[in-house]
Order: sequence, then structure tokens, then C-alpha cells
Amino acid sequence: MKKLINDPENVVPETLAGFQAVYKDKVVVHYDSDDQPYVVRADAPVQGKVGLVSGGGSGHEPLHAGYVGKGMLDAAVPGAVFTSPTPGPILEATKAVDGGKGVLHIVKNYTGDVLNFESAAEMAELEDIEVKAIVVNDDVAVEDSTWTAGRRGVAGTVLVEKITGAAAERGDDLDACLAIAERVNANVRSMGVALTACTVPHVGKPSFDLPDDEIEIGIGIHGEPGRRREKYTNANHITDELIDPILEDLKPAAGSKVLLCVNGMGGTPESELFIVYKHAAERLEAAGLEITRSLVGNYITSLEMQGASISVLVLDDELTELWDAPVNTPAFVR
Amino acid sequence: MSKNLDTAWALAWIRGAQEAMAEHRMELIDLDREIGDGDHGENMDRGFKGAVQKLEGGANSIQDVLKAVAQTLMAKVGGAAGPLYGTAFMRMAKAAAGDSLDSQGVVAMLAAGLEGIQARGKATTGEKTMVDAWAPACEAAKAAADGGADPAAVLRAAAAAAAKGAADTIPMLATKGRASYLGERSIGHQDPGATSTAYILAVAADAAEANEAPEEAA
Repeated sequence: MKKLINDPENVVPETLAGFQAVYKDKVVVHYDSDDQPYVVRADAPVQGKVGLVSGGGSGHEPLHAGYVGKGMLDAAVPGAVFTSPTPGPILEATKAVDGGKGVLHIVKNYTGDVLNFESAAEMAELEDIEVKAIVVNDDVAVEDSTWTAGRRGVAGTVLVEKITGAAAERGDDLDACLAIAERVNANVRSMGVALTACTVPHVGKPSFDLPDDEIEIGIGIHGEPGRRREKYTNANHITDELIDPILEDLKPAAGSKVLLCVNGMGGTPESELFIVYKHAAERLEAAGLEITRSLVGNYITSLEMQGASISVLVLDDELTELWDAPVNTPAFVR
Repeated sequence: MSKNLDTAWALAWIRGAQEAMAEHRMELIDLDREIGDGDHGENMDRGFKGAVQKLEGGANSIQDVLKAVAQTLMAKVGGAAGPLYGTAFMRMAKAAAGDSLDSQGVVAMLAAGLEGIQARGKATTGEKTMVDAWAPACEAAKAAADGGADPAAVLRAAAAAAAKGAADTIPMLATKGRASYLGERSIGHQDPGATSTAYILAVAADAAEANEAPEEAA
């Protein structure tokens, strides 16, 4: 394993120390009594505004700490690499951003994330902070049924955070923020592919073994293997493999306006993301959809994994307006 | 000669669990790499190291020991394993309220742990999770205790059933937890959570047998 780290144990704190030094005008990194970190907007709590808290395992940078700031999240709680944070720092973050209008937890649908955020929400209620939660589950790679842990939260989370952040900023109350978050979640679908695995620092070897000429379709963002493995072909063919299940599941009405997001998993150059974008856009247009907004880049990654995910969000006028609203965070500025 | 379990046993159990997690860290990581995200061994190792640290100054009761473990796992581990094992140890602490545990006390403690895991994780048997080790362990413990076994033998029966339960997860299709994302591809792999449960119960039995030994010698 060759990585620009000093000690696998210190990856998260050293990352946060550097991050803090760069963005000291925007965020403050705190540690709770058990030495668990949480990152809070520099001007928190914003009185009279719903507080937005997200979090999850580290290794998906810039998610979530990179989205803390005006117009997006009020706090982010980074766990160990690929491991959800514990309830303690989630509670502390919730308290730190409560401006008297309640706090919305934005949780990706993984068993650990849901359990730890639920525990923190219960504790926050004991301290008289009203907490509601949106569990994001946009990944069409996973079969959804009442018998499984359900679909995972992937790149759609970034869109939920941006759009709900704008709703909170304009003064929506907790129920209205939750309704917006649910609307985004209900209208977005994502699917990802890995060309290589990634290596978690404290494991020291790739998270799964993938032969040179094979790809993994339907991966999650934790390096967990996907639903099926196949021979590598080319960008257009792979893009079809991602777009088909998205359209099949989302069933957008012809003429719908959509946001198309092509997200890099960390190890894929931007040039390749644009190649994927080009074909994905052609496919959406052929399906009678109008792409009115786009997002291409590394927004929710899986360490150094090569690969990408595609997300399609059906927009309406209000969601578009919230998407366009100003935002000022370390990783997202408009 | 049967001997009830005491605080020294509980401390020895947790020290044993820490050693077992450190020893099997890579094996648990590898099992989790196959069907999960590869963090289970690391998280369990970190959690029990923290628990042993917290217990360095000793403890006054079995309940204190189990509670300290619960708090550490919940505060330091994260993931799904932190809250699930944390809840299990918290419920076991509540069930182990007296000065010592007899055979039926061990049964009640294990049952409380299983109830905690199921309350949090909403899983039942056959879904390829740690419940598939805990549930048969509880059944075996009860059968042993009802048959007159002493606490160490009750734990040994539970540990053996947990090990078998963990092995029995191999052909299962995962429908809960991280492995469920793999669907059919989860078949053929042993569940890491069930595996760590089997190790933890095995060292509970080891500690009880060691606890018993001096009295038998005397």
C-alpha cells in the first residue's frame, strides 16, 4: 500500500487538521469527550434557521465536511474511514447547530448510519431539541424490498444536502425542510460502477479483488462489491449499464426537466467523467428528457477508487430555484 | 463442582475478547471484505481495546464490567457493530444485576443480549447476521442450564452453538445488514458479525472454565 499518510490511525484527525487550517473562515472542527470529531459551520448556530446535520464514514471526501457552510449543511460528523460515526459527536453537532427551529438529520441508508443517527436523535430529544431525519436511498443497484436493509444512499445525498440546505436558508421550517428533502430523495436515482477497488488505510489491501479486465457494476461508496461483475468494454457501453436501470426505476415522464450528475469515485480523471456525461446526456435526450442542470466532478468518492456514478433528478421549478440558490462551503461555491 | 460467575470472570471475559478480536482482526476484515465493507475486524479490535482500557482500574460487579463495555462500544466503534454489540452488552448488564451469576442467570443474560440486538437491528434468524449465532447460543444455553449444567458448561454450550450458527450462515442469502446489498452473491460466505459473536462467546466460556479451575484443584 502506497498512500500519502503517516499512520492509518491518524488519517481522519490529520485530514481534519489540514481541512480546518484551509477553511478556518468557514468551518470549525470540534472533538467530543470521547475524541470523536464533528465539523460545524463557523457562524453556527444560525438563530431562527433549521439546522442541517449529516455525517457518515470518512473516505468520501468532499462529502460531508466539504458541504458545511452557508446554503448547505450546518454540521458534518465524520466517522472512521467507511464507518459511521457514533451517537456522541452526532448529538454534539446537533446541539451546536440548533438555532431554535429544530434540526434535520440527513442520513445515508446504511444500517450503521441509521442506528447511530437514531440513537443521537433520541438523546437530542431528551435535551429538548426537535430532530427529524431523512434517510437517503437513491441507489438502484440494490433490490428494494421490506426484507432487506434497502437501497443505499449514494450521490443523491449531495443533491439532497444542497437543495434542502437552500430551503433551510430561505427560512423553511423543519417540516418543510423534511418535505423538500423527501421530494428530492423520491425523484433521484443513482447507479455506480468501479473499474478498480479502493484500499482502506487500516486494512492495507484492496476492498475487493477485481481482475484487470473486469468491472463491478452497482457498487456502493464503501468499496463494497456490487451486484455483478463483467468484462470491461468501453465508456458508452458502461454508461448504458448505469442509465438503463436508472430510467427503468425512475420512469420520468417524457418532457421532464432533469438534473444529470456524473460523479467520480476519486480515482477517475475528469476527462473520463465528461465522456460518460456526453453519452448519458444523449441517452436522456433520446428518452425525451430535458437536461436543465448538470453536475460533473468528484462529489462523493470512495477513496482512490476508479469509477463513476450517474444520478438523475427530476426537477420542478421550486427544486430548480433551490438548486440555483447561493451556496458557500469548502467544496461547493456558487 | 459448579461455581457461579463473578466480577473476576467478567473482567477475564472482556480481556479474552480483546485478545480474540486482536488475534482474528484480519480474518474478520477478510470475511467483511467478501460481503461487506471490510471494517468489522478493525472496529471490533478498536472497541474491545477501548473497553479493556476503560476497565484497567478494575470493576465492582459484573454489571459494571458489562456496562463499561457497552458504553465504550457505543461511544468508540460506530458502524452497525458499535450500536448492536453496545446494546447487547447494555441489556446483558441490566440482566446481570446480582453479585454473581448462576446457570439460569447466564441464560437470562444471553437472552437479554439477543433481545437488544434484535430490538436495534430488527433482524431475525436466517438473515445472515449476528442473530444467527446469538439465537442458537441462547437456545443451547437454556437447554444446558435446564439439564443441570454449571455456568461454565452453559457458556461452553452457548459458544459451541454460536460457532455452528456462524458456520451455518455460509449458505444463507443475506437480507439484512451490509451483505444484503449483494443479493445472491452473499451466498457462500460466512457472516462476519456471526463470526465475531462466536469468538466472544468462546472466550466467555474459556474465562468461566479458568475461573472454575482453582476450586476444582482445591
